[in-house]
Amino acid sequence: MNLARVVGDVVVTRKDENLVGLKLLIIQPLTPGREPAGRTLIAVDAVGAGVGEEVFFVRGKEASFPFYPVEAPVDAGIVGIVDHWTVG
Amino acid sequence: MLLAKVVGTVVATRKDPRLVSNKLLIARPMDPRGKPEGGYLVAVDTVDAGVGETVLIVSGSSARMASGMKDCPVDAAIVGIVDTVELNEP
Repeated sequence: MNLARVVGDVVVTRKDENLVGLKLLIIQPLTPGREPAGRTLIAVDAVGAGVGEEVFFVRGKEASFPFYPVEAPVDAGIVGIVDHWTVG
Repeated sequence: MLLAKVVGTVVATRKDPRLVSNKLLIARPMDPRGKPEGGYLVAVDTVDAGVGETVLIVSGSSARMASGMKDCPVDAAIVGIVDTVELNEP
């Protein structure tokens, strides 16, 4: 899993039927020092996150597990909202 | 998932039998501001997208979870046509 900040959202009307009802957010992966770490990506939200919040997300097929038994075609998903973190 | 712009189509007569009757499109990933990012990729289309549209692409093994793609040899699938992108970053 990785840390990220939610920086935006995406509206998609015509989509896979197993994506209906899911919220898609734009996230910027972060280093523990809150610097951008790589490209932004689109992640599905499983925890009610919103723009501006710091979250952690999972990549790969595991991103669909929160929606089991629906097999949502997603490869990145927000699975936690971070209250705070400390390093070192 | 990635945002991408559809830039072309692929016609392939000889292919894996599980790919028969699937539409393949060439897409260019882009950032939320519309700037192209990285190389082109071939993605199977499950939502009837067309050239010029902004789409949502799921990659890796999750692409097989797109509608009708179960057990198909694909690693990128177009699963949505994007209406709007809202970015709240400076």
